Amino acid sequence: MFAARNKGRLALGAVAVGASLALAGCASGDPLAPDSEGGSGESNETIVVGSQAYYSNEIIAEIYAQALENAGFDVEREFQIGQRDAYLPALENGEVDLFPEYTGNLLQFYDAETTATTSDEVYAELADALPENLTVLDQSPATDQDSYNVTADFAEENDVESIADLAGIEGLTLGGNAELAERPYGPSGLESVYGVTVDFQATGDTTVEALTEGTIEIANVYSADPRIQTQDLVTLDDPEGLFLASNVVPLVNAEIADDIADVINEVSAALTPEGLVALNVQSTEDELSSEDIATQWLEENGFSE
Amino acid sequence: MNLFTEAIDWIFSAERFQGYNPLGLRLGEHLWFTFLSLLLAAAIAIPLGYLIGHTGKGRNLAVGISGAARALPSFGLIVLLVLIVGVTRAPAAAVISFVLLAIPSILAGAYSGLEAIDRRVIDSARAMGMTEWQILWKVEIPLGLPLLIGGLRSGALQIVATATLAAYIGLGGLGIYIFEGLPLRDYPQMLGSAILIAALALLLDALFAILQQFVVPRGVTAGRVRDDRATSTRRRAVAGTPAE
Amino acid sequence: MNWVWNNLDLIGELTLEHIRLSIPPILLGFLISIPLGFLAYRFKLTRGLLLTVAGLLYTIPSLALFVILPPIIGVSYLSEVNITIALTIYAVAIMARSVADALGSVDPAVRQSATAVGFSSWRRFWQVEFPLAGPVILAGLRVASVSTVSLVTVGIFIGIESLGYLFTNGLQRRIFAEVLTGVVMTVIVALLIDAILVLIGRLLMPWTNPGTRRSANRTATQLPLAQGGGAR
Repeated sequence: MFAARNKGRLALGAVAVGASLALAGCASGDPLAPDSEGGSGESNETIVVGSQAYYSNEIIAEIYAQALENAGFDVEREFQIGQRDAYLPALENGEVDLFPEYTGNLLQFYDAETTATTSDEVYAELADALPENLTVLDQSPATDQDSYNVTADFAEENDVESIADLAGIEGLTLGGNAELAERPYGPSGLESVYGVTVDFQATGDTTVEALTEGTIEIANVYSADPRIQTQDLVTLDDPEGLFLASNVVPLVNAEIADDIADVINEVSAALTPEGLVALNVQSTEDELSSEDIATQWLEENGFSE
Repeated sequence: MNLFTEAIDWIFSAERFQGYNPLGLRLGEHLWFTFLSLLLAAAIAIPLGYLIGHTGKGRNLAVGISGAARALPSFGLIVLLVLIVGVTRAPAAAVISFVLLAIPSILAGAYSGLEAIDRRVIDSARAMGMTEWQILWKVEIPLGLPLLIGGLRSGALQIVATATLAAYIGLGGLGIYIFEGLPLRDYPQMLGSAILIAALALLLDALFAILQQFVVPRGVTAGRVRDDRATSTRRRAVAGTPAE
Repeated sequence: MNWVWNNLDLIGELTLEHIRLSIPPILLGFLISIPLGFLAYRFKLTRGLLLTVAGLLYTIPSLALFVILPPIIGVSYLSEVNITIALTIYAVAIMARSVADALGSVDPAVRQSATAVGFSSWRRFWQVEFPLAGPVILAGLRVASVSTVSLVTVGIFIGIESLGYLFTNGLQRRIFAEVLTGVVMTVIVALLIDAILVLIGRLLMPWTNPGTRRSANRTATQLPLAQGGGAR
């Protein structure tokens, strides 16, 4: 959004210039110049923390931000930046310094052809795949990755524990975000890796409900989604490694990586898979702001004072 | 410009009719949502609009509500209704919001169509001994048709546009290609489907434009020439609007 | 309603962001529409052409336009310039027509009198025709501004943050109050900008104030309604 914000100022500037042109008949183009440069300068004190437009990601970013503030850093927040296309360039040019990421999905962005699947493989490959001025700190044990889920009833009736057990069952429909249709771990991957044939339905943000209502039999849900527990879903094992492991990992500007490594690595180590789910529950069930959730978590885990 | 040729290739690729998103199905969904909602909205808005236009009562209220309704963000409305009626009944939620969005334009088309009629024409009809129903059916409705069709036209375009966003809540339609293309960074697909959506909207618009010409009663076109000579500016402004 | 109290900061920030995104298209649209509307009013040939093109552009659904525009104007899909230009196009499509209609609705007798007392055509335009057309132009501007505020929310799909964030985030978290807040705040922003425009109109055109207002007001409200603005 920072990129967006600068351009916004540009647009506003353009209006101002346009207006002054129209009214006074004179114009000087230069007031814009310093502005567009403003964001990319390397300030050694303030750390700019970014986050995706995904509530869970924002909570982690807020935890990073508060942990750094507690350690005496100046922090600026640039949260809820839509997609990787938008924020990765901003990290690469130094407008954002620190960003909570997910190892598997990030690796896939830089290397769509990757064959790594386990958490360690993915982490190792990621270090090579990143652009030069970006690096990752320690990965957290917490994961938030794509996973295939069925209802408890379905699992019992069909005696299913792993994706492989789905082979041979007729008339299955897989639901998930629209782009899953084209992902390597989507319907085509199910077929080639496990011999499971499915139909596909783009259920988007309504995937879990579609599953519990029986419109679809298999749902792609992020593994840290609290509804896996609250809706009594069964996450299917993935023995063949269809999905890339995706641990929470701080993506940082290489220049400041060493300065903040101590603080952030400690946070990453303390963030467990269950802990991440609990954070998400506080957001969806208790409707707390990410700020409050982060403060509470840092206190509970002994980071404050 | 290379992207445009890729987008055109995407549209005409044989794969468009295969896979999980066959074009025929998605186009069908888009049209189905549009026509169903337009029909429902018309069934509500036209009688109401005629009532307002014929009696002249409730006009300010209608103008006020229509004005406020225009400020409603259509996607927000869909999401809101999805959460109200339940995520599993998303199609119903979408249809309700399309109907709500289309009502203001159709309502305005219906009552302003009646209002635009020269009072003297209606007075003459009454003087000839027509009943109120006859006045409505034989005079007001035929004369008001062009503006009514204009209202239906903007209502339909509004729905086509909003139906594009419905793919976000899993309802299919042509928007699904954009929502699939965004995370995959498949720009030819996004551009190709956007071109299709724009073409659909333009085609629909053209159909309504033709219909609008078609329904102008013959007597009115003859009358309009004579009317032009008169200085009534208001009449001219109204006669000019339908051909948007 | 927990959500609202826990997120007042966020609501405030997004509202400001939304206003910031809404204003440039409204202003630019207004500035561009005046010369275009004038051309459409003055020359028969340009009128048909301009109004047809405006009508066609207005027909294109916003999400589609957000996607079609970047390769044409050469900016990134995720750039804010993209939606500023797209929304300016919609604003011009609405307003160019009302400017043309507004100028057309000026009584020819007044125009002739101005010429007769020696106004040059430039002065006549700015001192007679434009002010008299003001109320109808303002009505068009109001439709355009309400529609712009509502359309800004669609930008969230291409990563441009506004109150539209509350729709997608609220759906993710299934928080009804969050989505409702988004809708309500968008309407409030629209009405706020509308009220400001009305106020500016009163200040600049004191002769349209209550009393003398009735007849102008009626055509003013009627035109945009028949035209059918609103969100695409």
